[in-house]
Amino acid sequence: MSNAPSNDVILRLDNVTRVHGTDGTAVRALAGVSLDVRAGELVAVMGPSGSGKSTLLNLAGGLDAATSGQVIIEGQSIGTLKGDALAKLRRRRVGFVFQDFNLIPSLTAVENVALPLELDGQRVGKARRRAIDALSMVGVQDLADRYPDKMSGGQQQRVAIARALVGDRRLVLADEPTGALDSHTGEGVLRVLRERCDAGAAGLLVTHEARHAAWADRVVFLRDGVVVDSTGTPDTAEALLEPTA
Amino acid sequence: MSVKQGLLALLATEPMYGARLRAEFESRTGGTWPLNVGQVYTTLARLERDGLVEAIGEDAEGRISYRLTRTGRAEVAMWWASPVTRETTPRDELVIKLALAVTVDGVDVNRVVQTQRTATLRHLQDLTRLKQRATTHHEAAADGDGQVDLAWLLVLENLIYAGEAEVRWLDHVEARLVREANRPRKSADGIPTTVQDGTTDSATRMVSNALKGGTR
Repeated sequence: MSNAPSNDVILRLDNVTRVHGTDGTAVRALAGVSLDVRAGELVAVMGPSGSGKSTLLNLAGGLDAATSGQVIIEGQSIGTLKGDALAKLRRRRVGFVFQDFNLIPSLTAVENVALPLELDGQRVGKARRRAIDALSMVGVQDLADRYPDKMSGGQQQRVAIARALVGDRRLVLADEPTGALDSHTGEGVLRVLRERCDAGAAGLLVTHEARHAAWADRVVFLRDGVVVDSTGTPDTAEALLEPTA
Repeated sequence: MSVKQGLLALLATEPMYGARLRAEFESRTGGTWPLNVGQVYTTLARLERDGLVEAIGEDAEGRISYRLTRTGRAEVAMWWASPVTRETTPRDELVIKLALAVTVDGVDVNRVVQTQRTATLRHLQDLTRLKQRATTHHEAAADGDGQVDLAWLLVLENLIYAGEAEVRWLDHVEARLVREANRPRKSADGIPTTVQDGTTDSATRMVSNALKGGTR
């Protein structure tokens, strides 16, 4: 589906493991997961509850730290970054889209989208212009001055996608973004996400619905913290389909 | 799908000759269920014999058009008014394959499930791409074309929901196999044991479900 160069890796997970607890009580939430998401690509992650989907997304966005292995965003390994530097990288490079939109209710759509740029030190006027551009890309520029409670769920989620990809951000991490929407509206949101990836963004979409995962270029299936299926190239998939016991 | 009912429904719109009927049927269903023209003419001959359609002469190119008789119109009305029955659901190879997989020694059932899920997800991705294209086309189309696009979109969405249901069922099978493997069982002498394979009860249920699918 994408026309972007295939070698532009925006997100790389290299043999990432996350263990919660220690010794006797240790639980492996993720075990040796490797995954690349390139510019122009939307990758879906599926799996039952507790399979490690959310852990994977949190690690990819620098909200959680890997026990071993590396998470690399646009060439930068985030494991070596300390608090402020990590926050800055997140602000500049990574956007999140959540099930319940997470817009700030006291800010208008354009103010919500401009916020990460302003926090990053950009002047208000420039941040606003870039926010309007981002709103236009998801087709809701007319709602720029509206507050979240005056927007439908689908409109709020489009604003959230605009916020995720405002400015130079190219990586969008979406956690069940259609979970709170009816089927038709949810599909509209997926189309927007798909279009943004076709235009060069890199997307990681966590979902439990195959119908939604099918919008992705590749679907990765997790079970007990391990990748068990992938609809990647047949060779890779064959290798992954070896019994994992 | 009964070809007979499909042709009758199309003839209710206007008289048509065989090749046109075939083309109309395929364009409205996106070519998902191709008809061969021989099948169309055989069906038309049977419909004519049964008094449901009648020939209305040849055109300049020698093509014979057919129209509905009064009985034919009644038949179409009856078809629209009745539900589609599922009594003759065809056997589902996947259901039978899994039912056999849990009962035949030496089969890695999880691998069967995973292989199928990967294939079904790929199929869903293909369908979703087609749907994305069809939706874009539909939004740009004029009225007449738009109706045909709509029909094709509905067919695609049916296939997508069916694929999704299959993936959900495969997830369910996988989870059930895990539960089953850990389930304490009573052995012949009444002492509970944990069964690691030989999941006879779930196999029985699956076979029974597969057989309900049809007995052709």
